[in-house]
Amino acid sequence: MFKAKVSVTLRPSILDPKGKAAHNALQNLGLTNIEGVRIGKFIELDVQASNEKEARGIVEMACIKLLANEVMEDFDIIFEF
Amino acid sequence: MAKVGVIVFPGSNCDHDAYHALKYVMNADVKFLWHKETDVSGLDMIIVPGGFSYGDYLRSGAIARFSPIMQELIKYAKKGGPVMGICNGFQILLEAGLVPGAMRHNEQLKFICKDVHIRVESTQSIYTSSLQKDQLLTIPISHGEGNYYIDNDGIKGLQDNDQVLFRYVNAHGETTPEANINGSVDHIAGITNKQRNVLGMMPHPERAMEQLLEKEDGKQIFESILQALATA
Repeated sequence: MFKAKVSVTLRPSILDPKGKAAHNALQNLGLTNIEGVRIGKFIELDVQASNEKEARGIVEMACIKLLANEVMEDFDIIFEF
Repeated sequence: MAKVGVIVFPGSNCDHDAYHALKYVMNADVKFLWHKETDVSGLDMIIVPGGFSYGDYLRSGAIARFSPIMQELIKYAKKGGPVMGICNGFQILLEAGLVPGAMRHNEQLKFICKDVHIRVESTQSIYTSSLQKDQLLTIPISHGEGNYYIDNDGIKGLQDNDQVLFRYVNAHGETTPEANINGSVDHIAGITNKQRNVLGMMPHPERAMEQLLEKEDGKQIFESILQALATA
């Protein structure tokens, strides 16, 4: 069993109103060293596969077909052992 | 008489509005299509209604797009069948790739439910053929994720192919920044696909059908559709 941790984020070129709102709130808290905030999604997948390469292929397929919308989002996959 | 199907997903909530508009205002022959059904034969048009299909989990429309009925709808649309996606229906059609682009959260992060002015940008579609170019319609919107996005090449493609059918404007028909109610690229409120048989629009024409509700501009869109279907 492989555990994949997937993060899905809006492309840098795409305005992220949630991140902007959170950034404003952090500024109001006095955390003015924080210069940018982007908010995305975090997804964990348990994958049955015989090796990491196979598991990665399955997770990539899941990201492309459903978990991320490639019109405006990027995804990143990390495996945990 | 035109036969129209209205898809019902778990979480659809404008399905009955669309049904009512077509059956009781437009006198069309309408039936509901549960999302697990797979028979779309004999239909002159399919409406993908508004609502919150599958609770908008993941992204609006992302899960509904994989419903059994959607596989048939995609085939129906690819064969040229008229498909109209309203609000969540537009989001589902985007996820299904039947119209290009994607939806972001409204720029101001608020769910907006109010009447807006939209301008008819092209009459080259069954949805707008009996309207006038630059005509203004007042139609309500009701969405949290209607901030249309497409990249620069995509927007050029839409413009070059005359695919933008409706834009958000002010009461004078101008595309001022304030009139762009949710932050959409190029003020886009509704677009068609290249083949011009699929419409996706965020405003709700089915909610503006009767004088009793003090708005009936939406009726003109349905009149256009039914007139075009009758002469097709």
